[in-house]
Amino acid sequence: MDLTGLLAFNVLTGIATLALITIGLGVIYGMMRIINLAHGEFMMLGAYTAVTASTAGVNIWVSMLILPPLVVGLVGLVLERTIIRFLYGRMMDTMLATWGISLGLIGLITSIFGNVVKSVQMPVGSFAIGQYHVSAYSLVIIGVGVVVLSSLLLLLRKTRFGLILRATMQNPAMSASLGVRPAAVYMATFALGAALAGLAGGVLAPISGVSPGMGGAYIAKAFITVLGGGPAIIAGTGLAAGLFGFINEIVSFLSTPVIGDIALLASAVVLIRILPQGITGRFLRRSS
Amino acid sequence: MKLLRSSSGAQTVVILSIIVMFAVPKVLSEFGVMQATLFAAVAIFGLSQGFVWGYAGIMSFGQAAFLGIGAYTYAIAAINLGNTQVAGLLAIAVPMLFAALLGYFMFYGRISDAYVGVITLTVSVILFELMNSTSGSQYHIGDAVLGGFNGIPAIPPFAPPGKPDEPLDQIGVWYVAMGALIVAYVFLKWILASRFGRVVVAIRENETRAMLIGYDPRLYKLLSFVIGAGIAGAAGAVFATWGGFISPTVFALTMSAQVIISVLIGGLGTLIGPILGAVAIQYLINVAGMQHTIDPSLGLGIVLVAFVLLVPQGVVPVARSWIARLNWTARTPRANRAKTSEQESRS
Repeated sequence: MDLTGLLAFNVLTGIATLALITIGLGVIYGMMRIINLAHGEFMMLGAYTAVTASTAGVNIWVSMLILPPLVVGLVGLVLERTIIRFLYGRMMDTMLATWGISLGLIGLITSIFGNVVKSVQMPVGSFAIGQYHVSAYSLVIIGVGVVVLSSLLLLLRKTRFGLILRATMQNPAMSASLGVRPAAVYMATFALGAALAGLAGGVLAPISGVSPGMGGAYIAKAFITVLGGGPAIIAGTGLAAGLFGFINEIVSFLSTPVIGDIALLASAVVLIRILPQGITGRFLRRSS
Repeated sequence: MKLLRSSSGAQTVVILSIIVMFAVPKVLSEFGVMQATLFAAVAIFGLSQGFVWGYAGIMSFGQAAFLGIGAYTYAIAAINLGNTQVAGLLAIAVPMLFAALLGYFMFYGRISDAYVGVITLTVSVILFELMNSTSGSQYHIGDAVLGGFNGIPAIPPFAPPGKPDEPLDQIGVWYVAMGALIVAYVFLKWILASRFGRVVVAIRENETRAMLIGYDPRLYKLLSFVIGAGIAGAAGAVFATWGGFISPTVFALTMSAQVIISVLIGGLGTLIGPILGAVAIQYLINVAGMQHTIDPSLGLGIVLVAFVLLVPQGVVPVARSWIARLNWTARTPRANRAKTSEQESRS
């Protein structure tokens, strides 16, 4: 019974982690059809923001949850203005350019901080499930995951900004004729996606080593989850993260984390073979 | 040789390569020959990406997966069998098999180009993680201990047939590497001149039209992908024998990025472009590696972004069109020129 509880808790944590690392990519891809290969490096920047701020004596929660999205959102804004906006509608070129950004950011951070692993202190302790001790920080990850997904849903569904966002993505010309500036909306969307990636990086900083190459560990899972999710950003991310997170954690539990990752990838490739449009391309088409 | 006569450019490239092949050991020191061998290996790798991306239009972001599988296959087979010819052939065959399996899922799933990029990238990341996690003596294939992130040391270099105990020296390995490059180039030229190659290019240009004429784009893309994987595997074998050592970094994203940047800079839709681009980028990386203040990735990233924004066609096509324009300017009288350029701009 204790073991079942532990496993269920781990599965939940795995799903929340996957949803967190995916949602920023999902917003940029789902809204703008841009595959942002610098996503992992946006997360890395968020983690470095958390490290730098907490070392400088800023409150740990502020430096993990508030500063990373602000800093990385700003970086995303600048990159969108200087590079990405010239490449809209050229999918391959945006992929290449964001890959260039990704390499550039890795190089920049390596030059500044050196190629070493830093860490952020764990802000909370552990609690017990029966005879097993688990990290209370997993509860934080689950909490942040739920808050991010639900507030994003509210933002898109219930606010004027969300309406304008969805309208512009559906038909830029029509919304422009109604007085919206599509360029400004694209800019905001890209910055929002970057900020979400930064938040994920900040939240995951205490449980993962912070190093210039850390983005590479997440990027593959994030991509495969976005593709598996399909066109509906939030429902798709949630469902795909649920499915892949479940498979990943169960297989990891039965064997090793690396085999778990491979199982995740293999199941994703098979899923995309069966549902080329992702889960929400076939089911729940009307969700967002 | 009918093929080579039909294309004077290819003929020049092959003759120049053969001259380079015999000149390098005469001119350069042993260290220089070793560097040149690495250039030949990355050039073969560049050819594989150049064919898959530039001609077949398949956006493979994980070509390093096949380089790595080729290199590891060569290492494992050479250590176990002691016969480097068989190991070399396996280093080509195993990546092709893997590409066939992966390509079946991608192309027969009819997923879009961007998804192909993401999936190939994901596969190379997973292979990197997988090989990284094999430290410890319990992970071995036959006599070859995989060694996790430390990699496999002491890989036997190429040896001539029938004489496994007399491995080639640096210069011998250089001849093999350069020979492999020339063979790969001529092979791809031959493929592209054949009916198969024309269909492949036709599919890149307009998939729907090619399909309506009666060709199955899925099959042609799959076969091109498999051919590209075989060439990347050959590059991997040369790479493994060059250093006598292989580690999971061959699967790393920087490796795929390096070859993509090479092809982009050299020029899409050419074969000489990727070769020159790969050599140029490897040279830049070597130079950048000598200083320690700035990480080489920063330079690679800036070059990639700059080329995407400013010269998306690559250097070789741009240079070709400049040369064509110069010739044209020299030959055409001024009065006609204005008229023709007006027509051109309209068309």
